Amino acid sequence: MELFRYTATEISDMLKNKECSSVEVTKSVLDRIDEVEDKVGSFVTVTKELALEKAREVDEKIAKGESLSNLAGIPIAIKDNICTKGVKTTCSSKMLENFVPPYNATVIEKLNNCDYVPVGKLNMDEFAMGSSTETSYFKKTKNPHNLDCVPGGSSGGSASSVSAGETMLSLGSDTGGSIRLPASYCGVVGLKPTYSSVSRYGLIAFASSLDQIGPIGRSVSDVAMLYSAICGRDNLDATSAIREYPDFRANLNTDIKGKVIGLPKEYFGKGVSDNVKEAVLNLSKELEKQGAILKEISLPSTDYALNAYYIISSAEASSNLARFDGVKYGYRASDYNGLVDMYEKTRSEGFGDEVKRRILLGTFVLSSGYYDAYYKKAKLLQQKISAEFNDAFDACDVILTPTAPDVAFKIGENTNDPLKMYASDICTTTVNIAGLPALSIPCGYDNNLPIGAQLIGRKFGEQTLLNTAFAYESLVGGFNKIPDIK
Amino acid sequence: MKEYEIVVGLEVHAELNTNSKIYCSCNNEFGLEVNTQCCPICMGMPGTLPTLNEKVVEKAVKMGHALNCSINRICKQDRKNYFYPDLPKAYQISQFDVPLCENGYVDVLVDGEEKRIGVTRIHIEEDAGKLLHSNNFDGSLVDFNRCGVPLIEIVSEPDIRSSSEAKAYLDAIRAILQYLDISDCKMQEGSIRCDVNVSIMEKGTNKFGTRVEMKNVNSFSAVVRAIEYEANRQIEVLNNGGEITQETRRWDDAQGKNILLRSKEDAHDYRYFPEPDLLTIVLEEDYVSELKSQITELPNKKIVRFVRDFGLSQIDAITIVDSIEKCKLFEDTVSENKCSPKSIANWILGDISKFMNDSKLQISETKLTSQKLAELIELIESGKISNAAGKKVFDILLNEDKSAMEIVKEKGLMQISDENELEKIVNEVMSNNEKSITDYKNGKTNALGFLTGQCMKATKGQGNPAKLKELILKYIDEH
Repeated sequence: MELFRYTATEISDMLKNKECSSVEVTKSVLDRIDEVEDKVGSFVTVTKELALEKAREVDEKIAKGESLSNLAGIPIAIKDNICTKGVKTTCSSKMLENFVPPYNATVIEKLNNCDYVPVGKLNMDEFAMGSSTETSYFKKTKNPHNLDCVPGGSSGGSASSVSAGETMLSLGSDTGGSIRLPASYCGVVGLKPTYSSVSRYGLIAFASSLDQIGPIGRSVSDVAMLYSAICGRDNLDATSAIREYPDFRANLNTDIKGKVIGLPKEYFGKGVSDNVKEAVLNLSKELEKQGAILKEISLPSTDYALNAYYIISSAEASSNLARFDGVKYGYRASDYNGLVDMYEKTRSEGFGDEVKRRILLGTFVLSSGYYDAYYKKAKLLQQKISAEFNDAFDACDVILTPTAPDVAFKIGENTNDPLKMYASDICTTTVNIAGLPALSIPCGYDNNLPIGAQLIGRKFGEQTLLNTAFAYESLVGGFNKIPDIK
Repeated sequence: MKEYEIVVGLEVHAELNTNSKIYCSCNNEFGLEVNTQCCPICMGMPGTLPTLNEKVVEKAVKMGHALNCSINRICKQDRKNYFYPDLPKAYQISQFDVPLCENGYVDVLVDGEEKRIGVTRIHIEEDAGKLLHSNNFDGSLVDFNRCGVPLIEIVSEPDIRSSSEAKAYLDAIRAILQYLDISDCKMQEGSIRCDVNVSIMEKGTNKFGTRVEMKNVNSFSAVVRAIEYEANRQIEVLNNGGEITQETRRWDDAQGKNILLRSKEDAHDYRYFPEPDLLTIVLEEDYVSELKSQITELPNKKIVRFVRDFGLSQIDAITIVDSIEKCKLFEDTVSENKCSPKSIANWILGDISKFMNDSKLQISETKLTSQKLAELIELIESGKISNAAGKKVFDILLNEDKSAMEIVKEKGLMQISDENELEKIVNEVMSNNEKSITDYKNGKTNALGFLTGQCMKATKGQGNPAKLKELILKYIDEH
């Protein structure tokens, strides 16, 4: 079997046992990129030379018998809103088309310390705003399972690259479902960690209070391994939690006996396709067979979550993206008359429609006279949603829902209807609003397109999520199925 | 014609003298090469995050205690959003509805009377960069060194009723900032800046007029001028049947007038919202009270005490207190209990100030100590040495590790005040100068100067001049 088809944990063990070299793995992945990237379009930048150089280094270390991290020599690709020193970090925006950060994000520092092999930077919705990766300034990424369909977003490249075998693992970011939705659409495993568990330093902010970086992989243990490497307190991120984390991969087990799995009725209602409902409920029955206890629950404020999410995230975005003003870095309009004109032209030309829409919305909800009616109410709703989750977790260990109401849609299908586009986030935004961890795992197909199930946990309850997913994964004989790209 | 009263409220921005900036570890130092004291964080590069420097909170809370504020042990930081090239994130991290300190006051001395001025709030925030303009370059340049320099903004109540009250308030604030080592208050470096709100109110009523804000008032004396100008402008507008509108004006000190910057309709909507990148500030009760216990007597209280207990004039007291170094020397010398506080004040405001100005040295950089100074003044006050000898001793005290008495002895500067001894010398000198005595008696008064000079010469300059003169006149009377 070609090396790119293995999971990261398998390759990790093979490297340790000298069954293959990092250069071989890296070459296999790079060849795969050469083969399918034209069709899939996962990457904004492929760092081929850098990857091979790093792989050679790791092989030398292995040859010397140095003790290395589990991730040493593993090709990992990075969403293009995570700063990589010396490598363009564009947020898939014209605004940052040529932006090369002089610093690394903390997660990149951590991966460097693990000797990861940097494959490149992944396409995304512009500034992570979108659910389909169609708002990228550069290209539209395709769903490897059906090239006419979107991969989901905003971490579309992060999911498609893993799904298509163009990398072993990837990092995405999730503000309202941006890891889980594309993971679901592309049939891979994606974790949105507890807010504050992964440093946001160097993640180009969309909505600071909701953003989290997280791993995407083709197996639960792959995701557990990458999550272990990136989580932890960072003094550069004041909001990062001060606590110790276990080795999530080492602690994986399939014992879910007695675990109570809550099924919130609001997530299985109107708007969710029958096939998706059925697949997720089938998954729950499988877990029940393994000794889990199913429990119907209610999260009544769910219907309002999307509104609260779009108000809070747009408000923060309007402020976070104000720094892209043409003064210091990034795009600047070439023809302008004075400062205000420079600002207006730069931002009009540098941002795409979706980004402008969110900036306008965010500016509006923070404006004097509207703050109380929108932003303040959304924050109150946030408290209520969090409280409902807390209550729910008094009675259950994991909450199971669909990740998205339906499978991947066709490219262009929703681009003229923002509200319909926003509706694909309906199952995922609540989790960010409440700061909880959630995992999306494949649980079936509809018309050859993957269906995803979402497991939501208590704060810092990632191990329980991973174990539940691991139990199901073991039952179905693994998630790692790279589709034929046609 | 109606009579009006001035109503003033002041917003003072003071840069804190912490080692590092408020949200990153860059140096907080003025005057270094352009764009060398900045990093991705204070330049607001994408993906970077702020982390709060705890020293900033410490200093702000101390100022809050000094101004009798209540401290909000739970408070947050907010974003103030606006576009300007010197503001790299396009928002300033500040505090909006819950400042660190609020509801305080400060007592200041105005024309010998103590006056209490309310302090609405003190909050922490970051400074912006600076725009530079060059003749060689078409456009503006930005220096980011000042970005993220910690500031506190101290907002007064509209309790100030005259420009001299404003000056007294500002002097008091500045002195406190310096005494508590919160800010260096270097006006010329812009480390303390002021926005001035002025309105006028018909005398005898308590209905405030519409207020006008003035920006860019860069010195305390400019504040005085700006207030007087603006109050007169408003009175003139009203007297001509006009109306005051709420607006922001820019003070031009060189021209001595202000110009309209923006009217109320054009006021910024800063779209404040809680800064999501920073945690809520939570201060333990012990921490807050520990900071309170570190606050000793404040300069405004010292001024009142020096006037009341030592009989200093208000201006002398203010001048001494204005300098931490002089004030410390004054208080230490007073506590030696050897000489009168007024003499000490005279020395500090006279020779010592002159020395400090001329040499650009601080007293702590010389060998002069409060013990030596007290001894020196005691020697003069008791007539043991002359004023002139005192000045000589002072010059030596600055440079040598000797006591005043040692120098007096060494240099033979002790004044002869013993009457018997002096009388012997006078008798001898006088008996050799019969002619001058006769001249004096015949009305040539300058003969007395000659005789005194001769006697002084005979004492090798150590005779107490007052006593000598007394004895000479006595001799002439008797002969």
